[in-house]
This record gives sequence, structure tokens and C-alpha cells, in this order.
Amino acid sequence: MTDPTPVLRLEGIVKTFPGVRALDGVSFSVLPGEVHALMGENGAGKSTLMKVLGGIHTPDEGQIFIDEEPTQMTSPQHAKAKGVVFIHQELSLADELSVAENIFLGELPLKSFGLVDWAKLYADTNAILKTLNVGFDAKTRVGDLSIANQQMVEIGRALTVDPRAVIFDEPTASLTDAEKVVLFDVIADLKARGVGIIYISHRMEEIFKMTDRISVLRDGSYRGTLITAQTDEDEVTQLMIGRALDLSRNVSHHDMGPVALEARGLSCGDLFRDVSFSVRQGEVLGFYGLVGAGRTEIAETLFGLRDPSAGQILLNGEEVRISSPMEAIRLGISLVPEDRKGQGLVLGMNCRDNMTLPQIDDLRTGPLVSEGAEVAIFDQYRDKLDIRTPGWRQTVGNLSGGNQQKIVIGKWLSMRPEVLIVDEPTRGIDVGSKSEIHNLIRDLAAQGYAVIVISSEMPEVLHVSDRIVAMYSGRVMREFTSDEVTEDSLIQAISGIDGDKVA
Amino acid sequence: MTALSRQKIGGVLARQGILIAFVVFMVGFAMANQRFIAVDNVFGVIRSSAILGVMALGVTFVVIGGNLDLSVGSMMSFSTIVVLDLHDKVGPALAIPLMFAMTLALGAFIGFLVGYLKLNSLIVTLGMLSAIHGLTLTWSGGKNMDIADKEGTWFAIFGQSSALGIPMPILIFALLAVVLSVLLSKTPFGRKVYAVGGNGTAATFSGIPRARVVFMTYVLSAFCVATAGLMQASRSMGSQNTVGQGLELEVLAAVILGGASLLGGSGTVFKTVIGVLILGFIQNGLLLVGLEFYVQYVVTWVIIILAVWLDIAAKRGRLWSPIA
Repeated sequence: MTDPTPVLRLEGIVKTFPGVRALDGVSFSVLPGEVHALMGENGAGKSTLMKVLGGIHTPDEGQIFIDEEPTQMTSPQHAKAKGVVFIHQELSLADELSVAENIFLGELPLKSFGLVDWAKLYADTNAILKTLNVGFDAKTRVGDLSIANQQMVEIGRALTVDPRAVIFDEPTASLTDAEKVVLFDVIADLKARGVGIIYISHRMEEIFKMTDRISVLRDGSYRGTLITAQTDEDEVTQLMIGRALDLSRNVSHHDMGPVALEARGLSCGDLFRDVSFSVRQGEVLGFYGLVGAGRTEIAETLFGLRDPSAGQILLNGEEVRISSPMEAIRLGISLVPEDRKGQGLVLGMNCRDNMTLPQIDDLRTGPLVSEGAEVAIFDQYRDKLDIRTPGWRQTVGNLSGGNQQKIVIGKWLSMRPEVLIVDEPTRGIDVGSKSEIHNLIRDLAAQGYAVIVISSEMPEVLHVSDRIVAMYSGRVMREFTSDEVTEDSLIQAISGIDGDKVA
Repeated sequence: MTALSRQKIGGVLARQGILIAFVVFMVGFAMANQRFIAVDNVFGVIRSSAILGVMALGVTFVVIGGNLDLSVGSMMSFSTIVVLDLHDKVGPALAIPLMFAMTLALGAFIGFLVGYLKLNSLIVTLGMLSAIHGLTLTWSGGKNMDIADKEGTWFAIFGQSSALGIPMPILIFALLAVVLSVLLSKTPFGRKVYAVGGNGTAATFSGIPRARVVFMTYVLSAFCVATAGLMQASRSMGSQNTVGQGLELEVLAAVILGGASLLGGSGTVFKTVIGVLILGFIQNGLLLVGLEFYVQYVVTWVIIILAVWLDIAAKRGRLWSPIA
């Protein structure tokens, strides 16, 4: 590769927050027409680096160059004016406005008297939409679009300027496979136009498919840049976490106990129908299926958040009615929910208070909360789960995704549940923490917990489960044991292709 | 100044911003007018803030729980009128518990609407502000209420007596502040209020009975309002129907001035007490420097907005930010 002028170059970026050196001299460059992956565990400094690039944080040291010209970013708008645009993981669109208004929000073309020039607005927008090759037009209400198409609108927004560098932050997080193909086409198109692209993702498969080079951050410092074609997942992983990741098939070596939880013909309206399964003590039961297959709804029903319309739930062989989370907790059922920030944690509270929340009524001396007992619980599970935090006073919102998830898991383990349901245990979590959480789930089973794991990631389900329930459209398609399951049969089952159904 | 020391100062400001503003403000006024820090003036201010303060203690719980309570002013008028009227009809010993029961019932009704029916607290309490005012007028027939025999009753002790040389209203305010501070910061209930206000969904997913917790914050607020009504009635031994009018905004201002977030999940009883005192001393200070009473309304609010802005700016680390 000859050395063309990089469109974007970072040189020795340092950013400190009280007590933390979040970025410690990060340097890397993005060439025109290059897709450059930025990888690192959560907490490695990717987000901070992007905030520096977007002018939200001012770096303490170091310099940003655009086309080799030193540039100071003061705000996201300023960065955009300089040709650096962000496609965020969480979309920031106004649902009630049209596609055109969203794309040109804040810079609507005007006629005299400050009135909007609608004709020009729609024409300009349709011109942009044409380059994106999408199936909707400028006047469509954004709220009526699918997530994937909303993301296209977000990309369209980036194209209102002549972008030099476009940063994609976990762009495929909520896309289906078909939608991903469209996104990748757009990225390839930008690439062909000589735009430099920073691609942030945890998904190795995509990284190896899409990118030219991979830069890795660990603990706020730059660990090197690899040429994608000359490396492999192992090398990248090792660079990210300093060791290799184990994703082998699960084999249980311990004995299982009796059936802890059983569902018989469980239904909940249209969400899921006639679902039966059981999980034994010491067993990990995986639920695999597409988003919307009814897996989360089953978990919510077991946890008392939904009323089943038919069927029975049996706990240790006895039928139970679970009318509220309080009831579920009392019966020994715990749920680590899918949406960590929205459902799992009170982000503004400290680590200890989050962890002890479900049992706060039991941690009393007289009428007052026993802070000593609370700290003891926190310390125990911090050590047990290796939660990395300066101390229990740390606000949970400041922790990395992996550590946040461990707080949620610790919260429920400290309740000593009989059945632990974990919905999407590693969503949005980096590779290193991922394998720790997988090991943790295996350990829990070995200790005799009955564990239900719901996941959209096949390697994860295969890695942690003793048995796998494949769901399609609210129904159980098939149940596999870990030694009979194949990736093909699993994919068929969750796609609604009825093989030899096992009762 | 290096970036690091700026951050340190920013951090201290963010944590203690209101307290520092309070001290600066007190010193400023004291230099302008010696009278301001005279012991009798200070006691006078705290004493006249006590009623507002007691109400603010209750509203602190509601706000931390993620809701608003705009009905407290109107509810305080109700308590005052009811206890005064009943005093002459059934005697003080029965009038006081009856008034508390009725006020708590109003609080429970609001708590039911907001907690269990999950109606928007702004709408509910704004509606209740008006409805309770109507209730008060219906009760009194629109007339002022007076205790007939002002000398022959022990009813005056809650507003006019002193113990250990400290006026009773200050004692009640202080006692309630201590008890509620412990309730909020040291008990499971307090922890649940923070959790429900910080993230109601996560609280539900942790088995916290969200509706009941919200319900309880309104009952607690009503208890504080009843106490304030008792203090008001005892102090003046007679009252108009509109005695609490407008207090809901001053109460809210004090709570916010103290640093509780309107979004819920943060704030403390101690901070609210500081907020109450700031508000009281601002009004007193402006009076002492000779500002006309009507102008005070304007200046008070300018100062409140300024204080809240500085508080937020200190938390953000800059005066203005493109993102919240």
C-alpha cells in the first residue's frame, strides 16, 4: 500500500478524568477509501475517543488532523462541518418528522421570509436517498420506517456535507441479516468515493468481512494496528484482552439434580403458544431464536411480569402462580433482563445499592438499613465475579457494560435463587467480559443452579447450554441436547423449518 | 490553570455548589447590612421559613420518587381552615387528629391516582390544587375562619410557644427534618424511593412495589402538609381560605434549589433544608436592603434561576453545553 494522505489522523491523544486516564496517548490514522475497525473491550476507551473526535470532550494532550491539517473540534456540529460525521448506535431521529426534515434538521433550505423551501428540500433529499438506494422517499414519516431504514436516514444525514470520515458505532446492533447486506453496500459505496470509515463493532465476523485494517485499544492505550487480510480472530482477541477466547462446545462434567422448573403448555396471548420445557438443577437450558420469537416474553412470564393465558408453571414439581416479580423472587426465580440499562440497573445509583436492591428489606438492623451487611454482600460478589470498580460508591452508570452486567448478575446471585434466567447475557459486551460471563454461567450450573439462558448469538448458546430450545414465532420448534445439535439444524429450527420434531 | 485542577474545583463545585452559593450569598448580604446576621433576624428568618420548610420536606420525597406535587399549597389552606373550624366545634384534642386524617386521605387519593393508576403527577396535582381549593371554600363557605376564644386554648403551642429558648416552629421543622432525613437515607423505604425515581422499570424488575412506594411518598407529603397547616393555624389562630396559595411553587423552588433533580432519583433532606433557608434569607435580605416587596417576587425568581443554572453548570463543568 502506498502512503496516501490520511483523511483523519489522531496523534498522541490523552484524556484524563478524575482518577482515570481514559485515553493514554492514542494515535492512528484513517486513509481515504479505507474501512478501519476500532476494537477494544468496553471501557477500553473507544467511546471516549469518539467523543474527543466529536468535540464533546477536549483532549488534554494530542492533536487531531483532518487531511493533515491540525483541527480542534468544539462540538458535533463543528466536527460535521469539518467532514467528520457519526452514525450512532442509538438513533437520534425525530419520529414525527419526515425523512427530509430529519436529514436536513437544523439546516433546512429557506426561501424569503424564513419559510422552508419544501421543493428544494424534497429534491435534495431524494437525491441523497437515491445514492443510498433505499425504497422510501423524502416525505415518509420516520416513525413509520424500520430500524434499518431509520439508520439509512441517519446515514443520509451524514451525506448532506461532503464527508471526509464517517464513524459507524455498532451499526448492525439491531439489524437483520438482510438489512446488514444493504448497510454493507452503502459502506462499500462510501469507501469507493474515497471516504475514510471508522467501524466500531464487537462482531468479529463483520470486522473480517468489512474492514481493511483493525486498530485495537486496551485500557485506554493504543495496542497496534493489524492489516485485516493478514490476521485472524485469535490475534485480534489476544491483542484486545491479552489472552485467547474459548468458544468450544459445552460439555458438562457434573451430575444434574431433579427438575427445578417446568412449563407445561404455557401460552400468553399471541406472544407465545403451548410452550413446554423443563430445566434441572445444575443444567443450563438455552433458548435460541430470532428477535420476536417470544423468548423474552417467556422469561417475563416466569418472572411474574406477564400473566399467562394458559398452561402451568411448576417449581420443584409443584404448581405455582407467579403474579409479580416480588412473588417470583420469593419463589427463588431471578431474571437478569435483556435491557441492562433500562431494566437491570438504576444507573444513577451506586454499585452497592444496585446490588442489594431486591433484598433491601432483609438487610436491616431494627428499622434501618445495615450498611455493613450491604458492603459485605457487595465485597463478596465483587471478588467472586471480579467486578472492576474503584469501590462500592462508584455510580453504576460510569462502569463499562461488562462490569454493569456483573453487577446485575451479582444482584441476583446474592439472592441465592433456585432458577436464574439470563436474557441476552452478553449483549453489547466486549469479548473479554463475554468469556468471563460464559464461564460464570457454567460455574453456576456446576454449583447446582438451574440456569436459563436466552440468546440471539448462536456461538454463545452452543457454548453455554446443556440443552437448547429452538423457538420460532412464539412456538417451540425443537429441543436439542448439546451433543446432537448442529448449526444447520438449529438455523432451520429457528427459521420455522420443521424437521423431525422432538417432543 | 491546568486542566486537572480545573476538574478538581469543578468536582467540588458540583458536589457542594448550592452550599457554596449559600455561604457567598450570606457573606455578601451581611457586608451590605449588619442587621442581616443579627441573631434575632436569623431566628426570625428560620422561624418564618419553618412552615414552608416542613412542606418542602414532604415534597422532597415526592420529587426524588420521580413525581411532582403542586397541590401542597392548596392542601395546606385546607388543613388550616379545617383544624381552625373543628377547634371550636369539637375542641383541639379531637380537631387535630381529624384534620390529619382528612389531609392524609387527600394525599392517599393523589397517591392512588399517580401510583396505582399511573396518571401524570403534574396533571393530577394541578387538578387537585384547584379541587382542594374548592373543597376548602365549600367547607368554610368562603369566610375567614377564627378561633373564638384565643386565650382559653392550648392550641397556640404549635405556632407560638418556645422550648429551650427555641421557637416551636423551628423545633418542629428541625425534628421532622432529622426524622425524615433518617427515613430517606437510612431505611429500606428511602432506598426504594431513590430506586423508583431513578429508574422505575429497573425498580420493578428488582421486585420493588413501585406503585406502593409512589403512593407512600404522597401520603408522607400530605402528613407534612397537615403538620404545616397545624403550625400555621396555631400561629395565627385564624385564617383566610387562601393562606397556602402559591406556596406550592416556593416549596418546589426550595427543593430544586437544594439540588434535587426534577427527573427524580436524586436529592437529600439536608439539601432541601439548605434550599429552604436560601429562599428565606434571599427574601429577608432583599427586604433589609430596602427593596420594594413587589420587586422581590421578580428578584427572588431571578436568583433561583441563576442558582439552578450555576448548579447545573458546575455539574457539567461548563456554563453552557450543547448536550444536556
